[in-house]
Amino acid sequence: MLSAPAARPGVWANAGAAAHFVGDTLTIAEADWRKLRHDPVELLVRAVQPALWLVVFGQVFGRIRDIPTGAISYRDFLTPGVLAQSGLFVAIFYGISAIWERDLGVLQKYMASPVSRVALVLGKGLSAGVRGVSQGVIVFLLSIFLRVDLRFELGAMVGVLAAIVLASAVFATLSLIVSCLVKTRERMMGIGQVLTMPLFFASNAIYPVDLMPGWLRVISAINPLTYQVDALRSLMIVGGTSVHGLGIDFAVLAGFLALFVAIGSRLYPSLVA
Amino acid sequence: MSNGMSMAPAIDTTRLTRHFGALVAVDALTIAVPASTIFGLLGPNGAGKSTTIKMLTTLLAPTSGSAHVAGADIVRDAPRVRERIGYVPQMLSADGELSGYENLLISAKLHHVVSAERQTRIEQALAFMGLTEAASALVRTYSGGMIRRLEIAQAMLHRPAVLFLDEPTVGLDPVARRVVQDHIREVRRESGTTVVMTTHDMDEADELCDTLAIMHHGRVSATGSPASLKATVGSEATLDDVFIHFSGGTLDEGGGYRDVVRTRRTARRLG
Repeated sequence: MLSAPAARPGVWANAGAAAHFVGDTLTIAEADWRKLRHDPVELLVRAVQPALWLVVFGQVFGRIRDIPTGAISYRDFLTPGVLAQSGLFVAIFYGISAIWERDLGVLQKYMASPVSRVALVLGKGLSAGVRGVSQGVIVFLLSIFLRVDLRFELGAMVGVLAAIVLASAVFATLSLIVSCLVKTRERMMGIGQVLTMPLFFASNAIYPVDLMPGWLRVISAINPLTYQVDALRSLMIVGGTSVHGLGIDFAVLAGFLALFVAIGSRLYPSLVA
Repeated sequence: MSNGMSMAPAIDTTRLTRHFGALVAVDALTIAVPASTIFGLLGPNGAGKSTTIKMLTTLLAPTSGSAHVAGADIVRDAPRVRERIGYVPQMLSADGELSGYENLLISAKLHHVVSAERQTRIEQALAFMGLTEAASALVRTYSGGMIRRLEIAQAMLHRPAVLFLDEPTVGLDPVARRVVQDHIREVRRESGTTVVMTTHDMDEADELCDTLAIMHHGRVSATGSPASLKATVGSEATLDDVFIHFSGGTLDEGGGYRDVVRTRRTARRLG
């Protein structure tokens, strides 16, 4: 048989596995980030929908005095929900880009490289986080314009970023799992549509959970979006409170991410087989 | 190569087999590819070439049998195989939304080329492939031949022991094809890398490859140098005659719908 592993000059043969893992994850996200920089128009187009939710839906529903939003106005209540939703709508279709990359051969090339499957999946999640943050910035700017009572504290803003990145990664990896099961862009497009609406409406994004019938409350309690919005509401809005507590919110999101990355990295190779 | 691999085969497979349900795509394939040679895998669509490449590049697990690529077992030691190979899929795998430079940068990072070496290697690769001037342009503005050269450069940045090229010249015009072929030859001469390629172009196989294996129904029906294969069939035989002789010579093979769609899509993007 062949000789022992030969030294390959100029290649990190002995760097720790952990260093490779972090570097690889960042590189996968970097590729996406660079694409986004080449085509910033996409970001502007995506800003239209949250703007409509805040300006049209928010203005009209704000007149219904019966929605119990606690100490804050409905407009302030809605803003974190719209921010979370704008990230969700981008991330939940991430699986389509995975299938697209499979059709182009990009994924085959990644899979034949030394990058671990976990880093490939987590890197995709992280790149959805980057897109989520850029969406978040736009919603933030819109909210300033709409005079939403925002908290401008550094700690809270870092928390907002963390919640966006984490939740975007959760939905993107969920989408990736589905794409590995359905395997075609057309089916994935349909399923993305089917997923977004229940995730959005069975959450606390646009109305308090207390208004829901019992069965919907159960779905809301296992919906990652609920925990993202819950965290955002207390981190973004002056006087906003977290129902579950920030510790629970972040723990649930992290738990979902770990679960979805574990499943996704098992299924991902089947896309190219 | 300088690391003592030149004596042992770069690839050897033992009864490598892959089933898809009832279909036996690759049937007890046993081949050895000598190091630092260009090895051509020929055969009609559906003969098992792509499935073989997928197994050797660790994208697909074999049903039974074994294979070693650059000294590592493709099943038990898949991560090591991935460190030692370069792979250019048949589809256009360079990212059109990134520049040529960015494509190379991402590849260098994913193959763990140390940061101190990255710039030098990327610049060398761009110069070698004649892409220095186009480096900062988005790849979607490249011609088909430029994309293929970029992809080969990407796959060579980490100096792999074995380079897999799946139909590297499909859909290219004759001039671009010639340039890509010259670069494949250069890559082998400069780095001693073993090249494993598939092709449907018999002239290309004849000129470029040191050894050929013709596959038919998942098995190797003939193997040898182009000259020896032609001599087997007849004194005046061309490689086309060899191909027809060893692949049954029937028209009803066809390949699957997906194969045809993929080839056409690649050809369209290249053209």
